[in-house]
Amino acid sequence: MTTAVISKPLTPRRVMMRRALRHKGFLMAGTVLALIVLAAIFAPLLAPDDPYEQDLLARLQVPVYLGGSWDHPLGTDSLGRDVLSRLIYGARISILIGLIAACVSAVIGTTLGVLAGYFGGRVDKVVQFLINVRLAMPVVLVGLAVVSLRGGSLWVVTSVLGLLLWDRFAVVLRSATMQVRSMEYVAAAEVLGAPLHRVLFKDILPNVMNHLIVIATLEMAHAIILEAALSFLGLGVRPPTPSWGLMISEGKEMLLFDSWLIATPGLAIFVLVLCINMFGDAIRDITAPEGRN
Amino acid sequence: MLKYILSRVVMAILVALTVSCISFALVYASGDPAIAIAGENATPADIAHIRHQFGFDRPVPVQYGDWLWKALHGNLGVSHYFNQSVASLIWPRLEVTMTLGLCAIVFALVLAIPMGVIAAMRPNSIVDRLALLIAVMGQAIPSFWLGLLLIVAFSINLGWLPASGTDSWQNFVLPTIVLGYYAAPAIMRLTRAGMLEVLQADYIRTARAKGLSRRKVMFKHALRNAIIPVVSLAAVQMGFMLGGSVVVESVFALHGAGFLAWQSISRNDLPVMQALILIFAMFYIFFTFLADILNAWLDPRLRGR
Repeated sequence: MTTAVISKPLTPRRVMMRRALRHKGFLMAGTVLALIVLAAIFAPLLAPDDPYEQDLLARLQVPVYLGGSWDHPLGTDSLGRDVLSRLIYGARISILIGLIAACVSAVIGTTLGVLAGYFGGRVDKVVQFLINVRLAMPVVLVGLAVVSLRGGSLWVVTSVLGLLLWDRFAVVLRSATMQVRSMEYVAAAEVLGAPLHRVLFKDILPNVMNHLIVIATLEMAHAIILEAALSFLGLGVRPPTPSWGLMISEGKEMLLFDSWLIATPGLAIFVLVLCINMFGDAIRDITAPEGRN
Repeated sequence: MLKYILSRVVMAILVALTVSCISFALVYASGDPAIAIAGENATPADIAHIRHQFGFDRPVPVQYGDWLWKALHGNLGVSHYFNQSVASLIWPRLEVTMTLGLCAIVFALVLAIPMGVIAAMRPNSIVDRLALLIAVMGQAIPSFWLGLLLIVAFSINLGWLPASGTDSWQNFVLPTIVLGYYAAPAIMRLTRAGMLEVLQADYIRTARAKGLSRRKVMFKHALRNAIIPVVSLAAVQMGFMLGGSVVVESVFALHGAGFLAWQSISRNDLPVMQALILIFAMFYIFFTFLADILNAWLDPRLRGR
């Protein structure tokens, strides 16, 4: 007796799952990201020390890879705080700011982009004008200015980034919506008398979702780098918060003799941003392989 | 063409006016600017005096109109910190930033265009992968961190180049690399994509069929067409890089407009801050305008849009 292999029907979702499992970048970046997110969530369990606790007797201990002891695997900073613990807690700051800023800008940019692409005409003109205004504002300068005037809390930094990074969402979703709008199923829904919100949420939005997710990953990476830059310049989140950008800024004072201090947090930002970008590229490959260049 | 230019000019002016409103309004985001200037130990009389002296007691639209009118005539106010006119502070420093921006864009183009062309000649080869790797890394590496790493390597360990200052051409080498590498990935990707697309075109096949050498086809026929969008991207990147110069100049203590912006913001020097946001925005608007015109000139098909 032969066992008949009954293959499940090849739904678009299953096709995507298959592509995902075969995509090396997706698996690699996804694994590293998952590890970083888990480390951030379980920071209190993983961190060997309190990230805020100073130990002035154990200042500037070198990390293990430079011959230090295992008490502080990545060494201690100029206030004697454990670098590994600060690094693990720092992942929370970066991921939190990146996620929230990307969500805020996704809502603003998607609304503007979808409206412009769907209605065209005057609405489109207004949205394009808004995009031009936003692009003309220098992000770093405006971010620095707002943080300096409003104070450097986590919320100020997150919201200023969220309010500044929506341009790419608007640009990409505008053209994606224009494409979807010319599809017959949208015309069919309109002819059948579907109310506007139904057309927008049930016909347009699901079909531009893949663009939305890809841009969201890129902007999350962008927000993480900008937060680090603002904190590095002293106008982001305030010390003693264990932000990676702040850790580099503190390490900069010791650059001459203890340059290893800037290596760890910088590498952490680099790896996190690299993986988010690779993950975004992989999602684009998986959802729309024809869009590859 | 004239109509196209005119519509772009109108758009640019509208955007510039809106940005000027926003950069003016930023001052009010802090609450009362008079209190911010007076400092923590000021008496109410001091604050009232400052409010009157700086004209904060007038209606906001009047203040804005006054500020804009003066700005249009080159009078950007007086710096609270330096007690010197903002314009005289900014101009010499802008020269430094423009030099850095120019060097960086040249560096980015020289690095990215050949890489993009070579990558497109052999897609998916090792060279292509390597170019992609360099681009992906360029997008993920924080520019201030790269700057510090270069300082550690070339200034502290090797002692070849100065870590900070503005005195000689050597001070510009490391900042140029950092800022240029920041702009290079986008240029590389666009060159590669453009080349791949152009290489599919019929006229390339014709050129090859005529017996022209591969190099001649690549550089004379293909690159010339693929470069069109790159030219305008370079102009846009130039606008972005002036913004990026804030971070890079701060790392290297290069005394340009970006460094001044960072210091003024840290010192709550509102007139300098406002003026610099406005100037950086104007540069961006100018460069994107330039990009649009260049594009339309190089590729007449775009004018109809």
